[in-house]
Amino acid sequence: MGLSACGGGDGGDSGSTTLRVTLVNHVWTENIKAALPEFEKQSGLKVEVTQLGEDQLSDQYNVKLNAGSSDIDVMMYRPLQEGKLFAKNKYLADLTDRAKSDSAFEFGDFQAAPVQATTYEDKVVGIPIITEQEVLYYRKDLLEKSGFSAPPKTLDELKAQAAKVEADNPGVAGFVARTGKAAAVTQFSSFLYSFGGDFVDANGKASVNTEQAKQAYAYYGGLLRDHGPENISTDMSWSEAMAIFTQGKAAFYTEANSLYKNATDPAKSKVADTVGFAAFPAGPAGSKPYNIPSWALGVNDASENKDNAWKFIQWAAGKEQSLAQQKAGVPGARASVWANPEATSTYPKDLAEATTVSTANGVGHDRPLVVKVAEAREIVGQPIVDAITGKDSAASADAANEAFQKFLDDESK
Amino acid sequence: MSTLTTPVTTSPEARPVPPEGSAWSRWANAHRKWLFAAPAMTFVAVLIVIPVVWTGYLSLTDAEGSVRAESEFIGFQNYLDVLRDTDRFWPAVWRTVAFTGVVLLVEVVLGMAIALLLWRPFRGERWVRVAILLPLVATPVAVGMMWRLIFDPNIGMANQMLGWFGIGPQPWLAGQHSALPTTMFIDIWQWTPMVVLILLAGLTSLSDEPQEAALIDGASTWQRFRHVTLPLLMPTVIVAILLRGIDALKTFDILYATKGRGGGSFHEVETLNVYAYGLSFDYNDYGVSSTVLIIFFLIIIGVMWALTYRKKGLER
Repeated sequence: MGLSACGGGDGGDSGSTTLRVTLVNHVWTENIKAALPEFEKQSGLKVEVTQLGEDQLSDQYNVKLNAGSSDIDVMMYRPLQEGKLFAKNKYLADLTDRAKSDSAFEFGDFQAAPVQATTYEDKVVGIPIITEQEVLYYRKDLLEKSGFSAPPKTLDELKAQAAKVEADNPGVAGFVARTGKAAAVTQFSSFLYSFGGDFVDANGKASVNTEQAKQAYAYYGGLLRDHGPENISTDMSWSEAMAIFTQGKAAFYTEANSLYKNATDPAKSKVADTVGFAAFPAGPAGSKPYNIPSWALGVNDASENKDNAWKFIQWAAGKEQSLAQQKAGVPGARASVWANPEATSTYPKDLAEATTVSTANGVGHDRPLVVKVAEAREIVGQPIVDAITGKDSAASADAANEAFQKFLDDESK
Repeated sequence: MSTLTTPVTTSPEARPVPPEGSAWSRWANAHRKWLFAAPAMTFVAVLIVIPVVWTGYLSLTDAEGSVRAESEFIGFQNYLDVLRDTDRFWPAVWRTVAFTGVVLLVEVVLGMAIALLLWRPFRGERWVRVAILLPLVATPVAVGMMWRLIFDPNIGMANQMLGWFGIGPQPWLAGQHSALPTTMFIDIWQWTPMVVLILLAGLTSLSDEPQEAALIDGASTWQRFRHVTLPLLMPTVIVAILLRGIDALKTFDILYATKGRGGGSFHEVETLNVYAYGLSFDYNDYGVSSTVLIIFFLIIIGVMWALTYRKKGLER
């Protein structure tokens, strides 16, 4: 440990000078780690970072938070996946006073939708740091070769272009996307909304067997079945689907924009110089991609180092870091940063445009907003894999709707 | 922690044992079998008995979300629900049994064949032995990742090799019906060497005399194996079956590394272990998850009891 001078400034009286921060494998984390020495110098704290994959992170929280462990101070979590569960279990400390009383932090600067997702029963329990929108990734060279001058504007065009490109290029799939039952749900949601459906209707009832939802299931699954990779696996999450796209084995790919570096980085992608981005194609109800806060920072309620934990969040989610992150390719949740042209200056131009469209007409959730999200995703995801494997997806949607309604009833008990 | 330190509270002068002994040493003498076993018993109690009892308790509650949250005691309701669940539970039981049965049979037969081949000395024997044992030392998760790449339907080596013989690409792990057999293959690849190791140890300890006697009596190679080697080796075979069988029942790493949560989108490889893991880590249904684990625990104890019973019968 270096010289940890004790002059920590105001409120440096409580807690240890070692701060334990748990983060997920993400571009955001790499950026923050690179900037950490600056924070350590300025605060006099020593930051210990534990970095894990998404699933391992979830398991880690389940074990440690369940046991009431205090050895996590700051935790990076998914507001839409675990937010409600964690808040309900009182794992997340109430940050309302800290956030709202801090004028330099300017909590009002955060976009409303992300803030809503990190608020539980009127209490601020997390600070959103990364937002995501779904966009269309495509191969400029293949489209050109097949005589298309522009990426598809509608889902019908997407299907037609995927079919043509596939026919022109043996061994290349027209379209690829996530296929895993639970993993696909978030990326499928934009299709669902664009067909005019949603997981739950205005009255809070399950609605995955409406005519619109059935069309969306049939479209998504059918596109993968007819124009997806041969011998398609039904276990693909983003890493597998992204690998197929970046290996040059697919023409179109719908995915979160926050992962774009995987496709444009020549070290990771064989198609880095030919990848293009477009706004999510419009369906019968228009182009309605999700626009969600994917990750947030919270403080473990059992932590004995809450003051210092807040200092870290203040810095990591502050204006300066948010701008730096956004410039490095990680879209954030601060309105002032989005308003700053400098923030998106490093983005591929078409991606910045596509993102702007998505933020304008996006939907604030990409999965059912429930407590037991993992279980709900498996239920509403079943028709997706049934459609991909050529089963009767309409019947599957009816069955899923019944199961989902039962799930909702159980949860509201 | 240890119970051993508590008696030190008696005065140190009492230590040098007088002829009749102090109260403490008399007590210690009378209870020495408990005293010496105490550290081990504490260990077992803390690390095995308490967790099992706690799991048993949880299985009688409706605990969900967080184990620290309030939960209600609901008796055997979870057991009734689980045993009636033909959607996930019984298929998982069936898969667990099928997986264990198939891999055990193949591993023991194959392991026996390889052990017999390696039994008699030959040139380069050491190298062959090392090569055969290699899969055993690899981490199951790494093994899972490796085979996942090899069996990838689009870019994997397995399909490329099939292509050389004019056979079309197979879905392997991606197929709804081929996933379980493929994971069985991986398990067999990894764990047959362990069976070889155990059987080889058994074979080398056998005395040569019965073999020579049989040879003089004019027994064929097969007859010698069937009527001399195998009966003598049987206790070792049972040990191999016991160890490998329990391990195979509990397989988790290979399944999880190749198919992920829930054993794939159609739960293709979801065994009891994978199911219980999903119940607690994905669904946070700790009550139901504990129920599945307790039932699983009983199954394993039953199998173990049956096998040790059989082993004793053979040794008699």
